[in-house]
Amino acid sequence: MSHLEVVDLSKAFGGLQALNKVSLAVEPGERHAIIGPNGAGKSTLFNVITGEAAPTSGHVSFNGRDISRLAVYERANLGLGHTFQRNNLFMGLTVFENVRLASQHRHRVNGHWFRTVESFSQVQEEAEAILAQVGLLPQKNRVVSELAYGQQRALEIALALATAPKVLLLDEPTAGMSPGETAEMVQLIGELPRSLTMMIVEHDMDVIFSLADRITVLHYGQIISSGAPDEVRRDARVQEIYLGA
Amino acid sequence: MTAVATQLGRVGTWVNRRRQWLWAAFFIVGLAFPFVARPYHLSLTIEVLVFAIFAMSLDLLLGYTGLPSFGHAAFFGLGAYVVGYIASTSPLALGLTSNLLVTVPIVMAVTAAVALAIGFFALRTSGITFLMITLAFAQMLFSIAIRWSGVTGGSDGLPGIPRPTLGVGPLSYTFTSRESYYFLVLAFFLASWWLLRRIVNSPFGWTLRGIRENEQRLRALGYNTFRYKMAAFAISGAFAGLAGMLLVHFFRHASPENLYWTTSGQVLIMLIVGGTGTLTGSILGAAVIRLFPLLVSTYFDRWRTLQGLLFIAFVLYAPRGIVGLLRGERDEEAL
Repeated sequence: MSHLEVVDLSKAFGGLQALNKVSLAVEPGERHAIIGPNGAGKSTLFNVITGEAAPTSGHVSFNGRDISRLAVYERANLGLGHTFQRNNLFMGLTVFENVRLASQHRHRVNGHWFRTVESFSQVQEEAEAILAQVGLLPQKNRVVSELAYGQQRALEIALALATAPKVLLLDEPTAGMSPGETAEMVQLIGELPRSLTMMIVEHDMDVIFSLADRITVLHYGQIISSGAPDEVRRDARVQEIYLGA
Repeated sequence: MTAVATQLGRVGTWVNRRRQWLWAAFFIVGLAFPFVARPYHLSLTIEVLVFAIFAMSLDLLLGYTGLPSFGHAAFFGLGAYVVGYIASTSPLALGLTSNLLVTVPIVMAVTAAVALAIGFFALRTSGITFLMITLAFAQMLFSIAIRWSGVTGGSDGLPGIPRPTLGVGPLSYTFTSRESYYFLVLAFFLASWWLLRRIVNSPFGWTLRGIRENEQRLRALGYNTFRYKMAAFAISGAFAGLAGMLLVHFFRHASPENLYWTTSGQVLIMLIVGGTGTLTGSILGAAVIRLFPLLVSTYFDRWRTLQGLLFIAFVLYAPRGIVGLLRGERDEEAL
């Protein structure tokens, strides 16, 4: 039984078929990348899996359970953590307060209305540990809107990590980053525990080849290749449409 | 304008450095006030304290959760009518009791329940749609109060509401005098302030700030945000109901105006002038807006025009209100 499975997923926006009977499976512990040129349907696939968008047909299942009809927050509570392609943070709060919001939910203390949030020491400690993990501890008291773009991208990941996901879904984690920032981000993702299952949507192929165990290539809403990085790299059709050979 | 803002910023720093002394001074002034103030000024202070509770309750929605309710008079007026119906000696009403041990739980439970019912529909929307829906619900309650005259007294409202009693049997006290009622309202004000402060600094309160900042992201983290918005709406409604109840116990009369949109508008102006998202701002705003006519009308009889100008000035030049000015924050571009 696969961890995360997508079966015959289709999504149409009016006349545009963004996804056409896409099926794929992500195994536990796998780092699975979805690549494809712009307009291939990567983000649509990502949004249908996370619940931000509804499919036209087909279904998504997680640990054997059909989650197609679940709301975004219900999928998150089952263990599907996801980041956003465009930074989607609590801009007016500090870096620490951002992560603490994720952490307090994971510890199921967000219903407490009388004790101060600072008095929940396990939440405070965990939020700090996650900031240390992504290298944002020195910035913990800064308001997010003042952070550099690359730091905001790292906070995107920190928020998803703080929910302690079983599967981490990353939507173009290096979007808009300079080469230097991209290298740091690749290192950060590479250092995450191997036990964490990941699905990464990316259009930068160099990012993916160093991170992924398995690559699926989307083109005009259909899967044209799927396999180990080397196999995919050698695939003639992939080279034709993607590598511009 | 810049000069004014800089001066206010200095005042803010001064206030912060002497916090404990100021608290002590407030405490002494608060206790001694009824013995030195003129009755009119005491009445005005009671009103300010009541409206401060009302404004703080709206701040939980607008300032902390980012929900711009333009119908908060619904709960204020409902609190007024519920206690009126229970306590009034008018033949329309039940005239059962004005004991706070009974009326406070009933008023807060009823207003919270009605808030849940309204919130169930209104909280599916946001922004301007939410504003219009909350206004519509409040106006609906207003027209019920006007039309259902057999219960509500129609446009005359419910007269004959006695001052409240507290305690059981021989150990009960009725807050008949203005001075005693002032102390009662002061106690409710301090208790509400303290409780709301606990709420906004708790994990629940931070969840509300998260909804204000980015509800979509909060859902992605696993929060069922609708539930938290419902809870905030109910708590806010209950405190607004408490404020409405305290007002009509003082004036001894519940009137449809308590439910009217101008009441919702006035509390919004208080919040915007005082500053949202701080609770303290609600208190300052309630004081400034309630005392404004008194200060101005001696010199100028068109105080409403001036209040309008004051409001516009705050929206344009000090969107964070008086609290923002005291903290030295200002919109650099506007000034």
